[in-house]
Parts: sequence; C-alpha cells; structure tokens
Amino acid sequence: MIATVLLLVVVSMITFLIFFLLPRLAGQNNYQLATQYVGRNPTPAAVHDVEVKLGFNAPLYLQYGRFLKAIVFGAHYSNGPSTTYCPPPCFGYSFKTQQPVWPQLVSDAPVTLSLGVGAAILWLTGGVSIGVLSALRRGTFFDRAAMAVALAGVSLPIFFTGLISLTLFSYKWPIFPNVQYVGITQNPLLWARNLVLPWIILAFLYAALYARLTRAGMLETMNEDYIRTARAKGLKERTVIVKHGLRAALTPIVTIFGLDLGLLLGGAIITEVTFGLHGLGQFTVEAIQNQDLPEILGVTMLAAFFIVVANLVVDILYAFVDPRVRH
Amino acid sequence: MAIGGNRRGKSGGRPEALTDQVDFASGPASSSLLEVRDLRIHFPTDDGLVRAVDGVSFKLERGKTLGIVGESGSGKSVTSLGIMGLHHGTSTKIEGQVWLDGEDLVTAAPSRVRELRGSKMAMIFQDPLSSMHPFYTVGAQISEAYLVHNNVGKKVARKHAIEMLNRVGIPQAASRVDAYPHEFSGGMRQRAMIAMALSCDPELLIADEPTTALDVTVQAQILDLISDLQEEYGSAVIMITHDLGVVAELSDDILVMYAGKPVEYGSAEDIFGRARHPYAWGLLASMPRIDEERVTRLVPIPGTPPSLIHVPSGCAFHPRCSYTELTDGRCVAEVPRLRELEPGHLAACHLTAGQRMEIRGEDIDGAGITREDK
Repeated sequence: MIATVLLLVVVSMITFLIFFLLPRLAGQNNYQLATQYVGRNPTPAAVHDVEVKLGFNAPLYLQYGRFLKAIVFGAHYSNGPSTTYCPPPCFGYSFKTQQPVWPQLVSDAPVTLSLGVGAAILWLTGGVSIGVLSALRRGTFFDRAAMAVALAGVSLPIFFTGLISLTLFSYKWPIFPNVQYVGITQNPLLWARNLVLPWIILAFLYAALYARLTRAGMLETMNEDYIRTARAKGLKERTVIVKHGLRAALTPIVTIFGLDLGLLLGGAIITEVTFGLHGLGQFTVEAIQNQDLPEILGVTMLAAFFIVVANLVVDILYAFVDPRVRH
Repeated sequence: MAIGGNRRGKSGGRPEALTDQVDFASGPASSSLLEVRDLRIHFPTDDGLVRAVDGVSFKLERGKTLGIVGESGSGKSVTSLGIMGLHHGTSTKIEGQVWLDGEDLVTAAPSRVRELRGSKMAMIFQDPLSSMHPFYTVGAQISEAYLVHNNVGKKVARKHAIEMLNRVGIPQAASRVDAYPHEFSGGMRQRAMIAMALSCDPELLIADEPTTALDVTVQAQILDLISDLQEEYGSAVIMITHDLGVVAELSDDILVMYAGKPVEYGSAEDIFGRARHPYAWGLLASMPRIDEERVTRLVPIPGTPPSLIHVPSGCAFHPRCSYTELTDGRCVAEVPRLRELEPGHLAACHLTAGQRMEIRGEDIDGAGITREDK
C-alpha cells in the first residue's frame, strides 16, 4: 500500500519533470514556455505576464510543490482579465480550452471505463473459453481454425477491423446505427447497443491474445501430475479440466489481465478515435494535437494512476489465487 | 481414457506369444480381486508403434501384495495406469482384459471405470509434490476424493479428511488439514497422498514407486505405513518399483517386467530364492544385501533398456544377456514364452533347466544366489 502511494508520487514527479524540465533542456526558455499558455500573436508584455503568473521563473522544486498543492488544495488561474478557481483535485488549467483539466477527465472517463470494462469481460470469457477448447481439442480442425483466427486478431489493427465493422454493421446493414456514447444512466439499452461494436472490436484483439495464452497454459497444466491425481480420484472430466486444469492455467492470465485493463483505462486511443467515442483516448489525442501541456500532463497522470492501481490489485489478487506466494 | 479413449476388449489375444500353461481364455473372472489377462497397451507415434505393455497377465487376491519390478521403461507404470483407466487420448490402444471383482475394465464404459477409480481402486504416485494440486489445501484434496464417491456434505467430508490424516500419522491433523501441499515435508505429503487414496476404502491400491522421491529414512516409514494400512483395510496392493528391496519386504508375489513383457512371475520366495530369468539374476545381483557375509561388488546389468519401438528380435533381453550363445540362436530368433517351470513360478527364457543348473550351480534348487556365478 505504502509502496503504491510512493510509486504514485514518483510517477507524478517524473511526469512533471518530463513536461517542465525537458523543454528547458531542449533549449526553450521560460518566455518561450509561456507563449504556449497565451492566445495567438500575443504581445511580449502579455507573455511575460503569464510567465510570472505561472511561476516559470521559480525554482523547479517550488513549481513541483505548487503542482502538488494544486492537486490537494486547488489553485487560482488568471485568465486574462478574470481569475478562474480550479477546485481540487486540480490537475492544471488548460488555457487553450479555458477550462480546468480535471472536470474534463471526469466527464470523459465513463466512456473509456464503459468501453474498457465491457470489452475486458468479453475478451476474458471469450478468449479463455476458446483457449481451453483449443487446448483440449489440440490438433483438430477447431484448434487450427481458432488459432488462425487468433493470429488474425493479433495481427489486424483496430482501425482496420473497426472501420470494416462500421461499414458493414452501421452503414450497409444498420444493425448498430449512429455509434456514439450515451450515458448508462441516461439510457442503459442504447448505451449497451452503441457499445457493442467497439466492445467486440477491442475484445477481438485481446481475446486473440488471451486464447493463445490460455491454450498454452492449459496444454502445460493438463500434463501435470496433479491432473493425473485428480483423474485417479474418479472426478468427472469436466471437474478435472475446470477445477484443476483451468484453475492453475488461469493464474498467469490474472496478472496480464489486470495490467491490460489498467493500461486500457488510461484511454483506448485507437478504438475511441475509430468509433468517435469521446473518452480519455480521444481527449489525449486532442490534447496532443493542440499541444495543450496541462491536459496532456493531467491525462498522463490519470493513466499512470490506473496502471499503478491495477498493479496493486493484481498483486493482492495473485496472493489470493496462488497460496504459494502468500506471506 | 475418459475422453474418447480407445479401450477395446479382445478376448484371447495372441496366446501363442504368452504361455501354454496358464489359461487365458476369455470368460468370467476368477475369484481373485484382480485378474489381468494378456494386457497390451500400445501408443502409435510418428516414429512407430510403442509397445509399452505387451502381453501382461497376473492375478491378485484380496489382501495380498504384488510387486511389479523392472527398469525405467519396462512398462510397469503404464500397466498400472492401464488398470486404472488413466491412459488418455484416442491414440492409446488397449487390448486384453482387466477383471476387477468380476468386471472387465477394458470393455466397461468409461463412466463406470471413473466411478470405480478412487472408490474401488486407488493409486499413489511417485512424486507427492507434483502429484498434489498446489492451489488447494491438503484437506480439500482429500475431501474431494471422498465427496465424489459418497453422498455426504462438505462438513462430513472435512471430518473424514482429518480422520484420514490422523490415520496416516500426521500430527495435529485438525490444523494441518488446512495447510497447502508446499507447507508439508516430502514424507508428510506422501502420507497425505496415501490418505487421499485410502479415503474411500479401496479394495485395490496401486502404489507407483511411492518412495522414490523420498529420503531413505522416510522411505521405510512410508512402506511400513502402507503395509499397516493394508492390514487395517484389507486392501490388495500392487507395489510398482525398480527397487527389489522394497518388494522383498512387502510382496507376496512378484512380476518382473522387461521391455513391456513379463519375464518372470512367481512368489517372492520363487524370485528371491529360485530366480529363473537372467534379467532377474541381474536385478538381484545389482541389489545390495546385508545378509551376505562376504563383501562383494554390486554387479550392474550391462547396457541400457531397449527402445520400445525397435524392440530387439527374439528375447528382448538378449543383447544384454550373457548366456545368449548357449541356445544356438534361439534367443535372437524366437520370442521366449512365459512357461510354468514349477507350480506358480513362470519365466520367459530359452535356457533349459540343465543349462540353468550349470550356470547357477546348486542354487537352482533355492539356496539363494551367489554373484560369482554370473
């Protein structure tokens, strides 16, 4: 737990340094940095004004301190004539969009969350079951076909499969017309219906990977001595496969699953852009296109947070799953 | 076997390759608990047909112990897995008959064999660590065996598991029942495995090299435990081992296997006192003995066990046998039949009684063996 908090602090430090130190190392001075925070064609006086207000002249540790302080206590940002209060947790203020970053992240996160969690359930169940069946029917037509499809799934990029699926099922046969995000609280049915294609497309990629992993794991565990013992007890084959074989084969998959999901929650960039879903991935793309440093910094921190938390959950889960790593 | 296993009953088999003395005709089982008739287990592979077991027959009465002895690859483990119906996959070809208490397991439905597995016949494996599931507690694994075959609740099964752990001599069984296999020592694990196997009070217990992975001191304890429990439960035991010392202590009968075939079969006294097959002589000579006055060198059997795909012609043991030249090439040309040389004592060797007498001296009539003869 403590290690996790420390890790988050280190992550924030590194992220901060990348955004505030690297430009300087690359030769940008404070004045040039400040130009990114004012409107187009600013007067030198206005730029200097921003430079002072954002504290670019202060030493780096002080700037980092202010950055942390803003997260905890909020901060005031002067935006031309008026001053805007950015309430905590304040992950910066975007001068380009003239909004604090955090509320934007909060409004975009549910899209990514819906997409990621839905797809994760789909790929975990689908990938693992196909992997198990493939392993048990090793060398048969089913196995070969499943592994060929899995190879395709791993190889085909989402923007390709996504666009094909949109062309076919949204335009040619409009089973899922008008794919756009509708809040789950607004209309759960429409929420689910609009997410079906993105879920399937995103899950396809991961399911392919998980099917291969599960197959390899099952082939290994089903040859273990304890499987023979389980059979010797007279257990039904289904019990042997699920309770003894799959139980052991799933352990490494739990680890990878946690990390994959954590990574995904920081933004499923390609899927979101392909389907025009405005989640964290889309937000990131726009922030980069606009060179909006506070927004990029904010979303980076959030993504890092998800990964660190996913790591923690995996560690806890792993001890739960494998008694040998307890204590 | 449970998934699409290919178990094919074949009455009769190829009796000419076996014995002309013992009756292997198909028919109802004898009164023995277990009777194996001409069991053949073959695995077709890309390199050829592996004849892992090629015509094994034996009988086992209730409460008795049969030792199956042989080197690695002699087919002893494959035989035991075949009896248990644990050969898996469509590629295994099983022929012959395995009568367990009046039922032929080779022709029985896989679901029936599954019912008998763990209840009427149980098995202990070589390496107790890898043979226990690392993610379940010892108690859960013992209860599991009990729960499949008995219509009881989990609490009853757990109580039974504790009782079983107690019986196999695990101290503080009530608390150790929730321990995981990795928290047990090797000997404790094997005790737990025995508890698992005996939890349904099986009539047949197959122990496949139960002491190979254990320390020598623990080995003796485990063997004692098995024979004590055998007395208590009245089970018949098949003890599979490469260690003649193990079977000497426990077995009533001994079956010596070589390259998938039985080469000698008889009572423990027959094998230890009046061994007839040169391979059995070799096994005995390579075993250390403490009852011998003179300190002699152990004599290894030269060479290595043959490939089961390209089994040597004639007697499979002939490339390693010292007496091949005595038989005018019969050893190389002709597969020796398992013949009954005296009541209940069978051997598959072309040597005549006279030749054996010449080789073994006065020992032929059962005064034990001396290694200088070899």
